[in-house]
Amino acid sequence: MCLAIPGKVVEIVDAENHIAKADVGGVRRNVNIGMFDEGEVTVGDYVLIHVGFAMSKIDEHEAEETLRVLKEIGEYEPEVEQFKTTLQ
Amino acid sequence: MRFIDEYRRGDVAQKLAEQIARLTARPLKIMEVCGGHTHAIFKYGIEDLLPEQITMIHGPGCPVCVIPLGRVDDSISIALRPGVIFTTFGDMMRVPGSRTNLLDAKAVGADVRMVYSPLDALKIAKNNPGREVVFLALGFETTAPSTAMTVLQAARDGVKNFSVFCNHITIVPALKAMLDSPDLQLDGFIGPGHVSTVIGTRPYEFVAREYGKPVAVSGFEPLDVLQSVYMVVRQATEGRAEVENQYGRCVSRDGNRKALEAIFEVFEPREYFEWRGLGSIAHSGMRLKSKYAAFDAELKFEVPGLRVADPKACQCGEILKGVKKPWECKVFGTACTPETPIGSCMVSSEGACAAYYNYGRLSKIVERSA
Ligand code: SF4
Repeated sequence: MCLAIPGKVVEIVDAENHIAKADVGGVRRNVNIGMFDEGEVTVGDYVLIHVGFAMSKIDEHEAEETLRVLKEIGEYEPEVEQFKTTLQ
Repeated sequence: MRFIDEYRRGDVAQKLAEQIARLTARPLKIMEVCGGHTHAIFKYGIEDLLPEQITMIHGPGCPVCVIPLGRVDDSISIALRPGVIFTTFGDMMRVPGSRTNLLDAKAVGADVRMVYSPLDALKIAKNNPGREVVFLALGFETTAPSTAMTVLQAARDGVKNFSVFCNHITIVPALKAMLDSPDLQLDGFIGPGHVSTVIGTRPYEFVAREYGKPVAVSGFEPLDVLQSVYMVVRQATEGRAEVENQYGRCVSRDGNRKALEAIFEVFEPREYFEWRGLGSIAHSGMRLKSKYAAFDAELKFEVPGLRVADPKACQCGEILKGVKKPWECKVFGTACTPETPIGSCMVSSEGACAAYYNYGRLSKIVERSA
Protein backbone atom coordinates (compact mmCIF):
# COMPACT_ATOMS: atom_id res chain seq x y z
CA MET A 1 0.00 0.00 0.00
CA CYS A 2 2.99 2.28 0.24
CA LEU A 3 3.64 2.23 -3.45
CA ALA A 4 3.58 5.23 -5.72
CA ILE A 5 3.02 4.95 -9.43
CA PRO A 6 4.24 7.42 -12.04
CA GLY A 7 1.69 9.29 -14.11
CA LYS A 8 1.80 12.06 -16.69
CA VAL A 9 -0.22 15.19 -16.02
CA VAL A 10 -2.47 15.73 -19.03
CA GLU A 11 -4.74 18.48 -17.77
CA ILE A 12 -5.13 20.91 -14.90
CA VAL A 13 -8.81 20.35 -14.19
CA ASP A 14 -9.40 22.74 -11.31
CA ALA A 15 -6.45 24.76 -10.04
CA GLU A 16 -8.36 26.19 -7.10
CA ASN A 17 -9.27 22.76 -5.76
CA HIS A 18 -5.89 21.26 -6.74
CA ILE A 19 -7.25 18.76 -9.23
CA ALA A 20 -5.30 17.55 -12.24
CA LYS A 21 -5.89 14.71 -14.63
CA ALA A 22 -3.11 12.13 -14.87
CA ASP A 23 -2.48 9.34 -17.32
CA VAL A 24 -1.22 6.08 -15.83
CA GLY A 25 -0.66 3.37 -18.42
CA GLY A 26 -3.42 4.80 -20.62
CA VAL A 27 -5.87 5.16 -17.73
CA ARG A 28 -6.85 8.77 -17.05
CA ARG A 29 -8.16 9.82 -13.66
CA ASN A 30 -8.19 12.91 -11.50
CA VAL A 31 -5.47 13.23 -8.90
CA ASN A 32 -4.98 15.77 -6.15
CA ILE A 33 -2.02 18.15 -6.52
CA GLY A 34 -2.50 19.90 -3.17
CA MET A 35 1.01 18.97 -2.03
CA PHE A 36 2.44 21.39 -4.57
CA ASP A 37 2.38 25.16 -4.76
CA GLU A 38 0.13 26.66 -7.33
CA GLY A 39 1.63 26.50 -10.81
CA GLU A 40 4.34 24.06 -9.69
CA VAL A 41 2.75 21.19 -11.59
CA THR A 42 1.94 21.74 -15.25
CA VAL A 43 0.70 19.70 -18.18
CA GLY A 44 3.40 17.32 -19.40
CA ASP A 45 4.99 16.84 -15.97
CA TYR A 46 5.52 13.37 -14.54
CA VAL A 47 4.47 12.85 -10.94
CA LEU A 48 4.56 9.97 -8.47
CA ILE A 49 0.99 9.23 -7.42
CA HIS A 50 0.16 7.66 -4.06
CA VAL A 51 -3.46 6.95 -3.03
CA GLY A 52 -4.79 9.61 -5.38
CA PHE A 53 -2.32 12.35 -4.47
CA ALA A 54 0.67 13.50 -6.50
CA MET A 55 3.67 13.34 -4.14
CA SER A 56 6.68 14.42 -6.09
CA LYS A 57 7.69 15.50 -9.53
CA ILE A 58 10.03 13.21 -11.42
CA ASP A 59 11.56 13.29 -14.88
CA GLU A 60 10.49 11.09 -17.76
CA HIS A 61 13.46 8.76 -17.42
CA GLU A 62 12.77 8.23 -13.73
CA ALA A 63 9.12 7.58 -14.53
CA GLU A 64 10.10 4.87 -17.01
CA GLU A 65 12.50 3.24 -14.58
CA THR A 66 9.94 3.25 -11.79
CA LEU A 67 7.37 1.66 -14.09
CA ARG A 68 9.88 -1.00 -15.04
CA VAL A 69 10.58 -1.85 -11.41
CA LEU A 70 6.87 -1.93 -10.55
CA LYS A 71 6.30 -4.31 -13.45
CA GLU A 72 9.16 -6.54 -12.40
CA ILE A 73 8.04 -6.84 -8.81
CA GLY A 74 4.52 -7.60 -10.03
CA GLU A 75 2.94 -4.50 -8.55
CA TYR A 76 2.19 -2.58 -11.74
CA GLU A 77 -1.03 -4.31 -12.79
CA PRO A 78 -2.65 -4.29 -9.34
CA GLU A 79 -1.70 -0.63 -8.88
CA VAL A 80 -3.19 0.39 -12.25
CA GLU A 81 -6.29 -1.72 -11.52
CA GLN A 82 -6.76 0.17 -8.28
CA PHE A 83 -6.10 3.51 -9.93
CA LYS A 84 -8.84 2.60 -12.40
CA THR A 85 -11.38 2.23 -9.61
CA THR A 86 -10.96 5.73 -8.24
CA LEU A 87 -14.13 7.75 -8.16
CA GLN A 88 -12.30 11.02 -8.76
CA MET B 1 25.78 -13.36 -8.71
CA ARG B 2 23.09 -15.05 -10.71
CA PHE B 3 20.58 -12.26 -10.21
CA ILE B 4 22.80 -9.64 -11.71
CA ASP B 5 21.15 -10.05 -15.13
CA GLU B 6 17.98 -8.60 -13.72
CA TYR B 7 19.58 -5.23 -13.15
CA ARG B 8 19.09 -2.58 -15.73
CA ARG B 9 22.78 -1.82 -15.58
CA GLY B 10 24.34 -5.06 -14.57
CA ASP B 11 27.82 -3.59 -14.95
CA VAL B 12 27.10 -0.85 -12.42
CA ALA B 13 25.53 -3.32 -9.99
CA GLN B 14 28.57 -5.55 -10.33
CA LYS B 15 30.94 -2.67 -9.64
CA LEU B 16 28.98 -1.51 -6.64
CA ALA B 17 28.90 -5.03 -5.26
CA GLU B 18 32.67 -5.28 -5.65
CA GLN B 19 33.25 -1.95 -3.96
CA ILE B 20 30.98 -2.91 -1.09
CA ALA B 21 32.89 -6.16 -0.68
CA ARG B 22 36.21 -4.32 -0.74
CA LEU B 23 35.06 -1.77 1.85
CA THR B 24 33.51 -4.22 4.28
CA ALA B 25 36.05 -4.73 7.02
CA ARG B 26 33.86 -6.18 9.77
CA PRO B 27 30.41 -7.72 10.21
CA LEU B 28 27.70 -5.08 9.68
CA LYS B 29 24.00 -5.23 10.40
CA ILE B 30 22.10 -2.81 8.24
CA MET B 31 18.37 -2.29 8.63
CA GLU B 32 16.19 -1.28 5.73
CA VAL B 33 13.26 0.42 7.38
CA CYS B 34 10.84 0.48 4.48
CA GLY B 35 8.72 -2.45 3.31
CA GLY B 36 9.14 -1.31 -0.30
CA HIS B 37 12.89 -1.79 0.06
CA THR B 38 12.35 -5.21 1.65
CA HIS B 39 10.32 -6.22 -1.38
CA ALA B 40 13.03 -4.98 -3.78
CA ILE B 41 15.82 -6.66 -1.78
CA PHE B 42 14.12 -10.04 -2.15
CA LYS B 43 12.97 -9.64 -5.71
CA TYR B 44 16.41 -8.63 -6.93
CA GLY B 45 18.35 -10.90 -4.62
CA ILE B 46 20.35 -7.97 -3.31
CA GLU B 47 21.53 -9.99 -0.32
CA ASP B 48 23.16 -12.43 -2.73
CA LEU B 49 25.31 -9.59 -4.06
CA LEU B 50 26.55 -8.60 -0.63
CA PRO B 51 29.51 -10.06 1.23
CA GLU B 52 28.77 -12.60 3.96
CA GLN B 53 29.68 -10.07 6.61
CA ILE B 54 26.73 -7.84 5.78
CA THR B 55 23.35 -8.81 7.19
CA MET B 56 20.26 -6.96 6.04
CA ILE B 57 17.68 -6.63 8.79
CA HIS B 58 14.17 -6.11 7.48
CA GLY B 59 12.64 -3.44 9.65
CA PRO B 60 9.16 -2.45 10.76
CA GLY B 61 8.34 -0.21 7.80
CA CYS B 62 5.20 -1.91 6.55
CA PRO B 63 2.16 -0.22 8.12
CA VAL B 64 -0.13 -3.13 7.27
CA CYS B 65 2.24 -5.50 9.05
CA VAL B 66 2.41 -3.55 12.30
CA ILE B 67 -1.27 -2.80 12.85
CA PRO B 68 -2.18 -4.59 16.09
CA LEU B 69 -4.92 -7.21 16.41
CA GLY B 70 -6.99 -4.94 18.65
CA ARG B 71 -7.21 -2.23 16.00
CA VAL B 72 -8.35 -4.77 13.40
CA ASP B 73 -11.00 -5.95 15.86
CA ASP B 74 -12.09 -2.32 16.35
CA SER B 75 -12.33 -1.86 12.58
CA ILE B 76 -14.52 -4.95 12.29
CA SER B 77 -16.75 -3.75 15.10
CA ILE B 78 -17.28 -0.42 13.33
CA ALA B 79 -17.85 -2.14 10.00
CA LEU B 80 -20.54 -4.38 11.50
CA ARG B 81 -22.63 -1.45 12.80
CA PRO B 82 -25.89 -0.99 10.93
CA GLY B 83 -25.84 1.88 8.47
CA VAL B 84 -22.03 2.05 8.26
CA ILE B 85 -20.11 1.88 5.01
CA PHE B 86 -16.58 0.89 5.98
CA THR B 87 -13.89 1.84 3.47
CA THR B 88 -10.31 0.59 3.37
CA PHE B 89 -7.30 -0.01 1.17
CA GLY B 90 -7.42 -3.50 -0.31
CA ASP B 91 -4.34 -4.68 1.64
CA MET B 92 -6.27 -4.56 4.90
CA MET B 93 -9.02 -6.97 3.89
CA ARG B 94 -7.19 -10.16 4.89
CA VAL B 95 -5.22 -8.85 7.84
CA PRO B 96 -6.21 -11.09 10.72
CA GLY B 97 -7.89 -9.70 13.82
CA SER B 98 -8.16 -11.86 16.91
CA ARG B 99 -11.00 -13.90 15.44
CA THR B 100 -11.89 -12.73 11.93
CA ASN B 101 -10.83 -10.25 9.28
CA LEU B 102 -12.65 -7.58 7.26
CA LEU B 103 -13.31 -10.01 4.43
CA ASP B 104 -15.20 -12.27 6.84
CA ALA B 105 -17.14 -9.27 8.14
CA LYS B 106 -18.14 -8.46 4.57
CA ALA B 107 -19.26 -12.05 4.04
CA VAL B 108 -21.63 -11.81 6.98
CA GLY B 109 -23.20 -8.64 5.67
CA ALA B 110 -21.02 -5.69 6.67
CA ASP B 111 -20.76 -3.08 3.92
CA VAL B 112 -16.98 -3.08 3.49
CA ARG B 113 -15.65 -1.40 0.37
CA MET B 114 -12.14 -1.20 -0.98
CA VAL B 115 -11.04 2.25 -2.05
CA TYR B 116 -7.99 3.51 -3.85
CA SER B 117 -7.88 6.87 -2.10
CA PRO B 118 -9.32 8.51 1.03
CA LEU B 119 -10.89 10.98 -1.39
CA ASP B 120 -12.93 8.09 -2.80
CA ALA B 121 -14.23 7.38 0.70
CA LEU B 122 -15.26 11.02 1.00
CA LYS B 123 -17.01 10.79 -2.35
CA ILE B 124 -18.94 7.72 -1.16
CA ALA B 125 -20.04 9.73 1.89
CA LYS B 126 -21.29 12.54 -0.33
CA ASN B 127 -23.18 10.06 -2.48
CA ASN B 128 -24.75 8.32 0.54
CA PRO B 129 -25.94 11.09 2.87
CA GLY B 130 -28.09 8.66 4.87
CA ARG B 131 -25.15 6.41 5.75
CA GLU B 132 -22.09 6.81 7.96
CA VAL B 133 -18.93 6.37 5.94
CA VAL B 134 -15.75 5.45 7.81
CA PHE B 135 -12.29 5.36 6.29
CA LEU B 136 -9.66 3.10 7.84
CA ALA B 137 -6.62 5.35 7.73
CA LEU B 138 -3.20 3.80 8.09
CA GLY B 139 0.32 4.34 6.93
CA PHE B 140 3.41 6.35 7.71
CA GLU B 141 3.98 9.97 6.77
CA THR B 142 3.71 8.88 3.13
CA THR B 143 -0.02 8.39 3.45
CA ALA B 144 -0.90 10.68 6.37
CA PRO B 145 -0.97 13.90 4.29
CA SER B 146 -3.58 12.33 1.99
CA THR B 147 -5.82 11.52 4.94
CA ALA B 148 -5.24 14.98 6.43
CA MET B 149 -6.08 16.72 3.16
CA THR B 150 -9.22 14.60 2.82
CA VAL B 151 -10.37 15.58 6.33
CA LEU B 152 -9.72 19.24 5.48
CA GLN B 153 -11.74 18.82 2.30
CA ALA B 154 -14.60 17.20 4.25
CA ALA B 155 -14.55 20.10 6.70
CA ARG B 156 -14.61 22.65 3.88
CA ASP B 157 -17.49 20.85 2.17
CA GLY B 158 -19.41 20.48 5.46
CA VAL B 159 -19.70 16.69 5.11
CA LYS B 160 -21.27 15.30 8.30
CA ASN B 161 -21.36 11.57 7.62
CA PHE B 162 -17.65 11.00 7.02
CA SER B 163 -15.10 9.95 9.62
CA VAL B 164 -11.66 8.44 9.87
CA PHE B 165 -10.51 5.53 12.02
CA CYS B 166 -6.98 6.76 12.42
CA ASN B 167 -4.06 4.35 12.64
CA HIS B 168 -1.37 6.57 11.20
CA ILE B 169 2.09 6.00 12.60
CA THR B 170 5.33 7.91 12.44
CA ILE B 171 8.74 6.60 11.54
CA VAL B 172 11.06 8.42 13.91
CA PRO B 173 9.72 7.01 17.23
CA ALA B 174 9.91 3.53 15.67
CA LEU B 175 13.55 4.11 14.72
CA LYS B 176 14.27 5.34 18.20
CA ALA B 177 12.65 2.22 19.68
CA MET B 178 14.85 0.09 17.44
CA LEU B 179 17.96 1.99 18.47
CA ASP B 180 17.10 1.69 22.16
CA SER B 181 16.26 -2.00 21.96
CA PRO B 182 18.97 -3.93 23.86
CA ASP B 183 18.64 -7.09 21.75
CA LEU B 184 19.24 -5.23 18.55
CA GLN B 185 22.68 -3.97 17.60
CA LEU B 186 22.51 -2.16 14.30
CA ASP B 187 25.35 -0.57 12.40
CA GLY B 188 23.34 1.59 10.03
CA PHE B 189 20.06 2.28 8.29
CA ILE B 190 18.67 2.46 4.79
CA GLY B 191 16.10 5.24 5.21
CA PRO B 192 12.68 5.12 3.54
CA GLY B 193 12.13 6.94 0.25
CA HIS B 194 8.50 8.00 0.07
CA VAL B 195 8.25 8.83 3.77
CA SER B 196 11.26 11.07 3.34
CA THR B 197 9.69 12.83 0.37
CA VAL B 198 7.26 14.15 2.98
CA ILE B 199 9.38 14.59 6.12
CA GLY B 200 12.77 15.26 4.50
CA THR B 201 16.09 13.93 5.79
CA ARG B 202 16.42 16.28 8.77
CA PRO B 203 14.37 14.08 11.17
CA TYR B 204 16.98 11.29 10.86
CA GLU B 205 19.88 13.47 11.86
CA PHE B 206 19.56 12.40 15.52
CA VAL B 207 20.42 8.85 14.44
CA ALA B 208 23.83 10.03 13.27
CA ARG B 209 24.33 12.68 15.94
CA GLU B 210 23.08 10.92 19.06
CA TYR B 211 23.56 7.27 18.19
CA GLY B 212 26.53 7.56 15.86
CA LYS B 213 24.93 5.40 13.16
CA PRO B 214 25.07 6.06 9.42
CA VAL B 215 21.88 6.59 7.43
CA ALA B 216 21.32 6.62 3.67
CA VAL B 217 17.86 7.60 2.41
CA SER B 218 17.19 5.44 -0.62
CA GLY B 219 15.13 5.23 -3.79
CA PHE B 220 13.38 2.03 -4.86
CA GLU B 221 15.28 0.81 -7.86
CA PRO B 222 17.59 -2.08 -7.10
CA LEU B 223 20.59 0.06 -7.98
CA ASP B 224 19.37 2.73 -5.56
CA VAL B 225 19.27 0.22 -2.74
CA LEU B 226 22.68 -1.17 -3.61
CA GLN B 227 24.14 2.31 -3.76
CA SER B 228 22.62 3.13 -0.38
CA VAL B 229 24.15 0.02 1.14
CA TYR B 230 27.46 1.21 -0.30
CA MET B 231 27.00 4.63 1.33
CA VAL B 232 26.30 3.10 4.74
CA VAL B 233 29.21 0.68 4.49
CA ARG B 234 31.56 3.47 3.43
CA GLN B 235 30.51 5.62 6.37
CA ALA B 236 30.89 2.72 8.79
CA THR B 237 34.34 1.88 7.45
CA GLU B 238 35.52 5.47 7.52
CA GLY B 239 34.11 5.93 11.01
CA ARG B 240 31.63 8.60 9.92
CA ALA B 241 27.97 8.89 10.87
CA GLU B 242 25.87 11.16 8.70
CA VAL B 243 22.57 11.24 6.90
CA GLU B 244 23.28 10.82 3.21
CA ASN B 245 20.61 11.28 0.61
CA GLN B 246 20.77 8.77 -2.21
CA TYR B 247 17.24 9.70 -3.35
CA GLY B 248 17.97 13.39 -3.92
CA ARG B 249 15.81 13.39 -7.01
CA CYS B 250 12.70 13.20 -4.80
CA VAL B 251 13.85 13.99 -1.27
CA SER B 252 15.05 17.27 0.23
CA ARG B 253 16.37 18.04 3.71
CA ASP B 254 13.16 19.76 4.75
CA GLY B 255 10.57 17.60 3.02
CA ASN B 256 7.30 18.72 1.51
CA ARG B 257 6.04 21.82 3.29
CA LYS B 258 2.42 21.55 2.23
CA ALA B 259 2.15 17.90 3.16
CA LEU B 260 3.67 18.59 6.58
CA GLU B 261 1.36 21.54 7.14
CA ALA B 262 -1.65 19.33 6.47
CA ILE B 263 -0.38 16.69 8.90
CA PHE B 264 0.23 19.23 11.68
CA GLU B 265 -3.11 20.92 11.10
CA VAL B 266 -5.16 17.74 11.43
CA PHE B 267 -3.18 15.29 13.58
CA GLU B 268 -1.44 15.21 16.95
CA PRO B 269 0.70 12.48 18.48
CA ARG B 270 -0.87 9.88 20.76
CA GLU B 271 0.90 9.20 24.05
CA TYR B 272 1.32 5.59 23.03
CA PHE B 273 0.46 3.42 20.10
CA GLU B 274 0.64 -0.33 19.92
CA TRP B 275 2.64 -1.98 17.12
CA ARG B 276 2.05 -5.59 16.30
CA GLY B 277 5.04 -7.60 17.37
CA LEU B 278 6.81 -4.61 18.88
CA GLY B 279 4.48 -3.53 21.67
CA SER B 280 3.71 0.00 22.71
CA ILE B 281 5.88 2.83 21.36
CA ALA B 282 5.61 6.33 22.82
CA HIS B 283 4.39 9.09 20.50
CA SER B 284 4.44 6.75 17.52
CA GLY B 285 0.78 7.06 16.56
CA MET B 286 -1.31 9.99 15.36
CA ARG B 287 -4.90 10.90 16.17
CA LEU B 288 -7.17 13.68 15.00
CA LYS B 289 -6.94 16.95 16.88
CA SER B 290 -10.03 17.90 18.89
CA LYS B 291 -10.70 20.60 16.32
CA TYR B 292 -11.54 17.80 13.90
CA ALA B 293 -13.31 15.57 16.45
CA ALA B 294 -16.40 15.47 14.25
CA PHE B 295 -14.37 13.37 11.79
CA ASP B 296 -12.90 11.01 14.37
CA ALA B 297 -14.51 7.57 14.14
CA GLU B 298 -13.11 6.63 17.55
CA LEU B 299 -15.26 9.35 19.10
CA LYS B 300 -18.24 8.89 16.84
CA PHE B 301 -18.57 5.16 17.48
CA GLU B 302 -17.77 3.24 20.58
CA VAL B 303 -14.99 0.83 19.80
CA PRO B 304 -13.98 -2.03 22.08
CA GLY B 305 -10.42 -0.66 22.17
CA LEU B 306 -9.04 -3.85 23.67
CA ARG B 307 -5.40 -4.76 23.64
CA VAL B 308 -5.08 -8.25 22.26
CA ALA B 309 -1.89 -10.25 22.60
CA ASP B 310 -0.23 -11.39 19.38
CA PRO B 311 -0.84 -15.06 18.49
CA LYS B 312 1.57 -17.33 20.33
CA ALA B 313 2.90 -19.11 17.29
CA CYS B 314 3.77 -15.86 15.55
CA GLN B 315 7.22 -14.45 15.80
CA CYS B 316 6.53 -11.26 13.88
CA GLY B 317 8.06 -9.22 16.70
CA GLU B 318 11.39 -10.98 16.39
CA ILE B 319 11.16 -10.74 12.61
CA LEU B 320 10.42 -7.02 12.65
CA LYS B 321 13.33 -6.42 14.97
CA GLY B 322 15.50 -8.59 12.79
CA VAL B 323 16.37 -10.86 15.71
CA LYS B 324 14.99 -13.85 13.82
CA LYS B 325 14.66 -14.67 10.16
CA PRO B 326 11.28 -15.72 8.75
CA TRP B 327 12.32 -19.32 8.13
CA GLU B 328 13.12 -19.65 11.81
CA CYS B 329 9.43 -19.26 12.64
CA LYS B 330 7.91 -22.70 13.22
CA VAL B 331 4.78 -22.05 11.18
CA PHE B 332 6.50 -20.25 8.27
CA GLY B 333 5.33 -21.73 4.96
CA THR B 334 3.28 -24.43 6.69
CA ALA B 335 0.43 -23.05 8.78
CA CYS B 336 1.35 -19.48 7.80
CA THR B 337 1.26 -18.62 4.10
CA PRO B 338 0.06 -15.55 2.17
CA GLU B 339 -3.29 -17.34 1.63
CA THR B 340 -3.70 -18.20 5.31
CA PRO B 341 -1.58 -15.66 7.17
CA ILE B 342 -1.19 -16.07 10.92
CA GLY B 343 1.03 -13.07 11.38
CA SER B 344 0.84 -9.77 9.60
CA CYS B 345 4.37 -10.06 8.16
CA MET B 346 2.85 -12.65 5.83
CA VAL B 347 -0.10 -10.52 4.68
CA SER B 348 1.35 -7.65 2.76
CA SER B 349 3.79 -8.22 -0.08
CA GLU B 350 5.98 -5.71 1.74
CA GLY B 351 6.23 -7.90 4.83
CA ALA B 352 9.45 -9.83 5.36
CA CYS B 353 7.77 -13.25 5.68
CA ALA B 354 5.70 -12.78 2.51
CA ALA B 355 8.77 -11.57 0.65
CA TYR B 356 10.77 -14.62 1.72
CA TYR B 357 7.86 -16.84 0.84
CA ASN B 358 7.14 -15.30 -2.58
CA TYR B 359 10.67 -15.04 -3.81
CA GLY B 360 11.85 -18.17 -2.00
CA ARG B 361 15.48 -17.34 -1.64
CA LEU B 362 15.63 -20.93 -0.62
CA SER B 363 19.30 -21.52 -1.30
CA LYS B 364 20.08 -19.08 1.47
CA ILE B 365 17.51 -20.59 3.78
CA VAL B 366 18.82 -24.11 3.31
CA GLU B 367 22.41 -23.00 3.52
CA ARG B 368 21.93 -21.02 6.70
CA SER B 369 19.76 -23.49 8.55
CA ALA B 370 22.04 -26.39 7.67
S1 SF4 C 1 5.80 -16.86 9.31
FE1 SF4 C 1 3.77 -16.05 9.84
S2 SF4 C 1 3.55 -16.49 11.98
FE2 SF4 C 1 5.71 -16.72 11.54
S3 SF4 C 1 6.59 -14.69 11.99
FE3 SF4 C 1 6.06 -14.69 9.82
S4 SF4 C 1 4.00 -13.84 9.75
FE4 SF4 C 1 4.38 -14.41 11.89
